[in-house]
Amino acid sequence: MRKFATLIVTAMAAVMLPAMAAQADDLIKVGFAQVGHESDWRTASTKSCQDVFSEANGYDLSFVDCDNDEAAQKEAVRSFIEQDVDYIIIDPIIATGWDTVLTECEDAGIPVIVIDRTIDDSDKYAAWVGSNFKTEGLAAGEWLAAYAAKQGIEELNVLTISGSTGSSAQIGRSDGFNEVAEKYGWNLIDEQTGDFTEAGGQEVMENYCKSYEGQFNVVVCQNDNEAFGAMTAMDNAGVTYGPGNDVILISYDACTAGLEEVKAGKITADFECNPLAAPFVEEVIKKLAAGEEVEKEVYMVEHWYALEDQIVDFEIDGEAQEMTLVTDEVIEAQY
Amino acid sequence: MNKKSTWAKIKGWSLFLPVMSIILVMAVNIIHDIAVGANPFSFFMITLRQTTGNGTILYGRIIDILNRGSEVAILAIGMTLVVSSSSGTDISVGSVMSLCASFCCMLLAGYGVSSTTTLAVPLIVGLLAGILLGVVCGMFNGTLVAYFGIQPMVATLILFSAARAIGLLLCNDLIVYVRNDSFGIFGGFCGVIPTPVIIAAICILVIAILLKKTALGMYIQSVGINSKASRIAGLNSKRIIFMTYLLCGLFAGIAGIVASSRITSADSNNIGLYFEMDAILAVALGGNSLGGGKFNLAGSIIGAYTIQAITTTLYALGVSSTQAPVFKAIIVILIVAIQAPPLKAYLKHRSNAKQLRGGAA
Repeated sequence: MRKFATLIVTAMAAVMLPAMAAQADDLIKVGFAQVGHESDWRTASTKSCQDVFSEANGYDLSFVDCDNDEAAQKEAVRSFIEQDVDYIIIDPIIATGWDTVLTECEDAGIPVIVIDRTIDDSDKYAAWVGSNFKTEGLAAGEWLAAYAAKQGIEELNVLTISGSTGSSAQIGRSDGFNEVAEKYGWNLIDEQTGDFTEAGGQEVMENYCKSYEGQFNVVVCQNDNEAFGAMTAMDNAGVTYGPGNDVILISYDACTAGLEEVKAGKITADFECNPLAAPFVEEVIKKLAAGEEVEKEVYMVEHWYALEDQIVDFEIDGEAQEMTLVTDEVIEAQY
Repeated sequence: MNKKSTWAKIKGWSLFLPVMSIILVMAVNIIHDIAVGANPFSFFMITLRQTTGNGTILYGRIIDILNRGSEVAILAIGMTLVVSSSSGTDISVGSVMSLCASFCCMLLAGYGVSSTTTLAVPLIVGLLAGILLGVVCGMFNGTLVAYFGIQPMVATLILFSAARAIGLLLCNDLIVYVRNDSFGIFGGFCGVIPTPVIIAAICILVIAILLKKTALGMYIQSVGINSKASRIAGLNSKRIIFMTYLLCGLFAGIAGIVASSRITSADSNNIGLYFEMDAILAVALGGNSLGGGKFNLAGSIIGAYTIQAITTTLYALGVSSTQAPVFKAIIVILIVAIQAPPLKAYLKHRSNAKQLRGGAA
C-alpha cells in the first residue's frame, strides 16, 4: 500500500514538476480553446498548435478541448483570462454570442486570435486566420474549365455531394463552384448532402447512379471522405472515374488518405483545406509582440493537387494559380 | 359475403397496417414515374450489373432499400425485445455501434495506426471482439435496468454519451481506415447479394426460431405486461429483462461491424449517429406499443425497411436533402397516426355501423 502511495506521489510530481518549471521560465503563455476532435482535420489542427506553441519554441500552451460545447468554450476563455495568459486562440464553435467574453478579454488586455470558424457579432479580436472556402470552390471550378478545354470535353454535367448543410465550408465551396459553373453555363444536375461522411457519400452516389444513369460526367465531393464513399458506389454501378475515365471526380480537403487516391488515379483533382493554422497564428503573435499592425483577416496558403496530366494553368480573378504534383514525398509530408 | 370476409381477414391481420404503409410509400414512385413519362416500375426493377472489380451484383432501388436498411433492421430486433420486456427504450445502441466498430478496427489495424491494408490480428478476432464488446455493453445496461431498477432511458443514457467517446479514445481521435478486402466483405457483396442483407436475414431468422421454438417470446411479453405477476408465477423477471438488453447489445455490435465494414473504416463520430432514434421509430412504425408487453417482431422489421424506403424514395423523387427531413416527418406522422388506437377504434366503429345499416336494409 505504501509502495502504491509513493508511486502515485512520484507520478504526480513527474507530471507537475515540468509544468511548474515552465511557469518559472519566461515563456509566452497561450491559451487555445479548440472546438473538439470530430475529424482527422480537427486532429491535425490541434497537433499543429501543439507543435508550434511548444516549450522548445518558447511557449506555454494551455489547451482546452471543448468537445463541441459552446458554453464550455466560453468558460475556457474566461479561465484563460484568470490564468492571465498573453494570447488567446479561439476556434469558435458557434459564430454568435461572443461580445461579452471578448470584451472581458479586451479589458484584461489580452489579444484574441480567432482561427478557422468565424465570429459574427463582435470585432473585438486582433485577427482571424483561416481558409477561404469560396476560393477553394472557385479554384475547383476554374481548374475544371481549363481541364475540360484541354481534354476537349464540351458539355459538363455536374453532380455535387455537398457537406453538412449550412456549414461555412459547404456554403463557401458551393458558392465558389456554382459561380464558375454559371459563368461557363454548365449543367448542375443535382446537389444533395453527404454530411461530410463516407457513408453519406456512398448512399447519395448510389442514388445518383440510378437517377441520372449515363447523364453525368463530373462528380464534386465537398470532402475526401465523401469522395471515398462515391468511389465505392460508382464501382458498384460499373461507372469508371478518375483521369482518363468517364467521370471527373473532384474532391476537397486533400488529407493524406485523399492524396493517396489522387496518386492511385481515382480522384482527378483535390483542393486543399489547410488545417495547419498555427504557423500563421505565430506570425500574427510575433507582429503583435513587436507592436506592428496586423491584418484583420489572414488567409492561409492552400494547395491544389493533381497528377501530371491533370495539371493545367488556370486563373482565379486574374490571379494565376500554381498546382502541386502529387508524389510519395508530398503524401508523406501531408498531415 | 365470402369475398368480404377474406378482406376482413386481411384487414384483421396484425401486420396489415405496417405492410400497407411500406407499399404506399413505394407506390408513390409509380405515380412519379408515370408523371415524368418513365417506365412506371423503374423503381422496382432489379437487374444484374457488372461492377468495376466486384463481379456481377444485383442492382436496383429495392436492393438499396434492403441493403441500407440492414443496420436499422438488426437494431430493431433488439429494440423490440427491450421495449417489450422493460417498457423502455435502449437509447445507447447508436453509440454502442460506434464503440464496437472502433474497437474492431483498432484491433485490426493495431493501436495508433490510422490507415492500413494489412490486418494486425486475424479478422475473426477483431470481429468477435467487436461483437463481444456489444454484448458487454448490453450486459451493463441490463444490470442497471434489471438489477438496480434504474429507468431504462436513464440507464442507457450513460453509454449513449460515453460509448462514442470511448470509441474515439480507442481510435486515438482519428478515423481508422482498414482498407482490406476481407474486412470489406461484410458491408460489400457476397456473390450477387449484398452481405448486410444476408447478415440481417440470419439475425432475424435466428431470433424468429428462438421465439417460436422456445417460450422466450411469451416470457418476455408476460414480464413486460406485469413483471411482478410474472415473478409470482415463477419467472425470473430480472433475468429476462437482463437478457433482452444483452441481446440488444449483441445486435448493436453486429450492426456496428456491418456499418464499419461498409466504409472499411471506423468513423467513431458518425457511425450509428441517430440510429437509436431510427430503431425506436422502426418499433413504433411496426405497430408496437412503446409501453411494453405484446410485441410483433415482423412489424418492427417492416418498420425498419419502411424508414429506408422513405429515404430512398425521397432520393428517387429528387427531393433536396435540406427539405427531405420535413417530408420524412410528414410521412412518419401519417403512418403512426393511422395506427393510433383512437383512429383504429373509430374505423372499426364505422365499419360496424355500416354492417348494421346493411343488415337493416
